[in-house]
Amino acid sequence: MSVTSRAPDARNDQAPAPALRGPVARPGSRLLHRMVWLRLSLLLSAPLAWMLLVYVVALVALLITSLWSVDSLSSEIDRSWTLENFRTLLENEVYRNVALRTVGVAVAVTVIDVAIALPIAFYMAKVASPRARRMLVVAVLTPLWASYLVKVFSWRVVLSEGGLAEWSGLGSPGYGLTAVVITQAYIWLPYVILPIFAALERVPDSLLEAAGDLGAPTGMVLRSIVMPLLVPGIVAGAIFSFSLTMGDYITVNIVGGANQMLGNLIFINAGAANNLPLAAAIAMIPIAVMVVLLTAIRRTGALENM
Amino acid sequence: MKNTLRRGRVATACLTLLSVSVLSACGSGDDDKKTEAVEKVGKAEGQVSILAWPGYVEDGSNDPAVDWVSAFEKDTGCEVTSKVYGTSDEALNLAKSGEYDVIAASGDLSLRLIASDEAQAINTDLVPNYENVYDFLKDTEWNSADGKNYGVPHGYGANLLMFNKKNFAEAPTSWGAVFDKEQLAANKGKVTAYDSPIYIADAALYLMKTQPDLGIENPYALDEDQLDAAVALLKEQRQYVGEYWSDYLKEVQAFETGDSVVGTTWQVIKNSIENPDVDVTLPTEGATAWNDTWMLSSQAKNPNCAYKWMDYILSPEANAQATEYFGEAPNSPEACAQTTDPKHCETFHAGDEEYAKQLWFWRTPIEKCLDGRTDVQCTNYAQWTEAWTEIKG
Repeated sequence: MSVTSRAPDARNDQAPAPALRGPVARPGSRLLHRMVWLRLSLLLSAPLAWMLLVYVVALVALLITSLWSVDSLSSEIDRSWTLENFRTLLENEVYRNVALRTVGVAVAVTVIDVAIALPIAFYMAKVASPRARRMLVVAVLTPLWASYLVKVFSWRVVLSEGGLAEWSGLGSPGYGLTAVVITQAYIWLPYVILPIFAALERVPDSLLEAAGDLGAPTGMVLRSIVMPLLVPGIVAGAIFSFSLTMGDYITVNIVGGANQMLGNLIFINAGAANNLPLAAAIAMIPIAVMVVLLTAIRRTGALENM
Repeated sequence: MKNTLRRGRVATACLTLLSVSVLSACGSGDDDKKTEAVEKVGKAEGQVSILAWPGYVEDGSNDPAVDWVSAFEKDTGCEVTSKVYGTSDEALNLAKSGEYDVIAASGDLSLRLIASDEAQAINTDLVPNYENVYDFLKDTEWNSADGKNYGVPHGYGANLLMFNKKNFAEAPTSWGAVFDKEQLAANKGKVTAYDSPIYIADAALYLMKTQPDLGIENPYALDEDQLDAAVALLKEQRQYVGEYWSDYLKEVQAFETGDSVVGTTWQVIKNSIENPDVDVTLPTEGATAWNDTWMLSSQAKNPNCAYKWMDYILSPEANAQATEYFGEAPNSPEACAQTTDPKHCETFHAGDEEYAKQLWFWRTPIEKCLDGRTDVQCTNYAQWTEAWTEIKG
């Protein structure tokens, strides 16, 4: 009893300052405490400015550039507004073909990746022992540590004449679109496995057991319990592989034979032909495709559970 | 709701304004370009940055025996950094960055550099070794403009036809090997071609020799009909092409493995291929060719070391080494005397003006026909670029 009564006294004697000094010395924190909007805007301004500069301004700059044109001999940019670039894109069959080819490759890569990732992710999440699961996660992640270029050039060697593919008896499709699909499917696979694995891990075993107890056959369990919970993971993985393939131009350059994809057209116009405005206009195509795709996915409601 | 919409619109307007101002700020950096020639060479800056074709600036890192940069560094105290490029178009973009002091430019690049104020006129009195250079290489239409000299000649050579002997009963002697349907059919999927719009000139040259009624006089001066004919030929060739190359290492690998067996090439690529079945030839139709010029960037930060480099690379010893390694004709009789292969200059017909007339040096196609026709408008490089995209499909 006496101890407790003495203690406050002692504290008062030793340190009267902090209680007094606090509000006087820190007007800043008092202000921030009172003004919520100021606190919020200070907190968010750095990340918002970053978002704005890196994403929004860049996109707007792209759009504006696509409305300019280029002087052919000196390659100087002519900054007067014109829709010429978009007219070229619409009227020229080659851009339509290349856009369709790119979307086709992206769809093929996505379908293959999801088909491979589903069983692997299921095994990792539901069948493997915890130890094996850890090993498998490491195994899936390891290829991401190797350089992208090394992996693509390895595929060039594997698919070349007398390369590993031919030597193993499987036969090589040679350089071309098939080679591009194979290589891209390999490179983006970890990005598809991981979200599906994460989604599957969140499916409680108890649900599966309950379904089993109530007599549901395997197909029904998969269809009405696992799949609905999995859709967000699959969608996330599919968006990754689809968008990454849409933007790629190096793989097709190295193993794609004489084919070109949208990325190549952008690269050629920005790097070789020095026609930045046309390159910007072409870059609008994958952006438009992605916007349409994401809107469609949002309509289905799959994004809400992500 | 209405309020948020309006706010959104204001935000968009602000963003647009902001990005426009950012963009225009970026675009106005042309003030420090110097296009006039200097009067004298000052003290060396200690470094020089060079943009060149592969094989032009060798410091022994690719092959310890191939090194003419170290001697220059030791003599002048200018440390060399270099970057290689695969096509003239790529080089133009790199040159515009202003990071390079000296640029080795072919004829399809030099005029574009001059037109975009990227090149500084050269005071040839400050390049003592310029004196030795063959006269027919001096002050040509690809290294001078308006009576001013913009570069010193390096060397010249032809785009050759490379083939794998195993796939040919007898060695091909004509560009028909890559343009004639019947000959192409034998190597379907294993034909390669240079991945740049300038390759259209190769098709035009073949048409010039095989279809005289098209009236092509100069493969770089094509009116619309002639360009269409060349494009049609290339679209036909496209059916047989396995891949296009612009990265020379890619072509080296493709010929090593046999993925490509016939196509256009440079001597230096042939030199790097170890497969003994691969050989090159200069076809009977002649060939497109390059004639390279060392140019000084108008944004050069190290002009003094740049002048020293130009003088050094024009010296007989260095020029002989560099041109022999690349597989092209040196620029002076003195350099010919210095080559390790005594027959090098004979092989590449160095100094042979008549032979040089058979070669069609790369030029930038422009509206005003280069062959002197005034009754038609020729197609320009932008049209060639568009056509090239279409050909590849």
